[in-house]
Amino acid sequence: MSEEWKFTAKDIAEKPDLFLSGHRACAGCAPATVLRLIMKATRGPTIVTEATGCMEVVSSIYPYTSWAVPWLHTAFETAAANAAGIEAALKIMRKKCKRKQEHVDVIAIAGDGGTYDIGLQALSGAVERGHDFLFVLYDNEAYMNTGIQRSGGTPHGAATTTSPAGSIVPGKVEYKKPIAEIMLAHEMPYVATASPYYWRDLIAKARKGLEVEGPAFLHVFAPCPRGWRSDAAKSIELSRLAVETCVFPLWESANGKCQLSTPSKLIALAPQKKRPVSDYLQGQGRFRHLFTPKGKKMLDEVQSRTDERWQRLLKKCQET
Amino acid sequence: MSSRGKSWKEIAPAGVCSKSSTTFLTGDWKTYLPLRDLEKCTRCLLCVIFCPDGAIHWKPEKADIEFDYSFCKGCGICANECPTKAITMKLEKE
Repeated sequence: MSEEWKFTAKDIAEKPDLFLSGHRACAGCAPATVLRLIMKATRGPTIVTEATGCMEVVSSIYPYTSWAVPWLHTAFETAAANAAGIEAALKIMRKKCKRKQEHVDVIAIAGDGGTYDIGLQALSGAVERGHDFLFVLYDNEAYMNTGIQRSGGTPHGAATTTSPAGSIVPGKVEYKKPIAEIMLAHEMPYVATASPYYWRDLIAKARKGLEVEGPAFLHVFAPCPRGWRSDAAKSIELSRLAVETCVFPLWESANGKCQLSTPSKLIALAPQKKRPVSDYLQGQGRFRHLFTPKGKKMLDEVQSRTDERWQRLLKKCQET
Repeated sequence: MSSRGKSWKEIAPAGVCSKSSTTFLTGDWKTYLPLRDLEKCTRCLLCVIFCPDGAIHWKPEKADIEFDYSFCKGCGICANECPTKAITMKLEKE
């Protein structure tokens, strides 16, 4: 697949951006970095379709657009349905010879709201029908665009405007939905999780997702300094800490064979390298209440749930 | 936007965006300015990769990087991720 495709930091830096400067994302926005890097993995003509969300709003404020490729905005729930339609249209146009016999990649991009909650049925349907597209989920763990409301992707204990941490509600009481495992259960050709700090891994996975025949799902961790109440300069550092604490382990599954990616594999081989979740949580204002005497119980819950999910993943990847 | 644009009868249907955002400069958002120590910098290009705004460019002809302050929002990711701590954030003066 992508064995012969070599890329170094210089190759990536030399490749022109397809997600252009001048977009209006907040300072320190990791989803913007994620999109820049994913667009560097494209291999030729590409059509991007995007559900409503932060990255759609910041990149297409009228009359400006930050996209150097054909780009379609669609409703919150229909990123995958739209991608399926584009793919089907390209197929029939090729069949009727209205356009050159040239392969066009289709990328659907949605945030966690547009994937976990609102867009799930469209995504599930498109994957079941087996359309050839890459679905990118940039997970900033809440509806940041509309004012930090909780979503299915918000982790346990996080304070948002609809799950505020106070004397009655201790932040979000439910747990984060394991979306990548839900997609894995669709028996799709390619599912992977990635983090922008491990940029080479992220770009390679995006490329594999494009090259694979059939649907591919890429779950990318994307810290949001505004919603997470963290320092703008720490966004990329947080994406590293999430992997090192096993809050967001990196793995991929090609044709049903699940395996850990290098950063997580190193932790699986040397468990003493696994850091406590508090290292990751304490840099974020949304978890501030977990570090008070009252929040101790919840902090322990977060740690035990993280460990439980990590063990389950190890079993799945046959690392134990 | 300084001058009034076209009326609704003259614009493209369905509000198609017609201008590139590279003509919209976001550099005036910043409070802190990244400054690079040329001697410490190893040209590892991590800042070019991590910049959310694509405001750091690799210039192959000069074999060096260049900050584009007209887009830099001053987030400080480059300074935080620099392995040799060659980038420092200074308060921007008028």
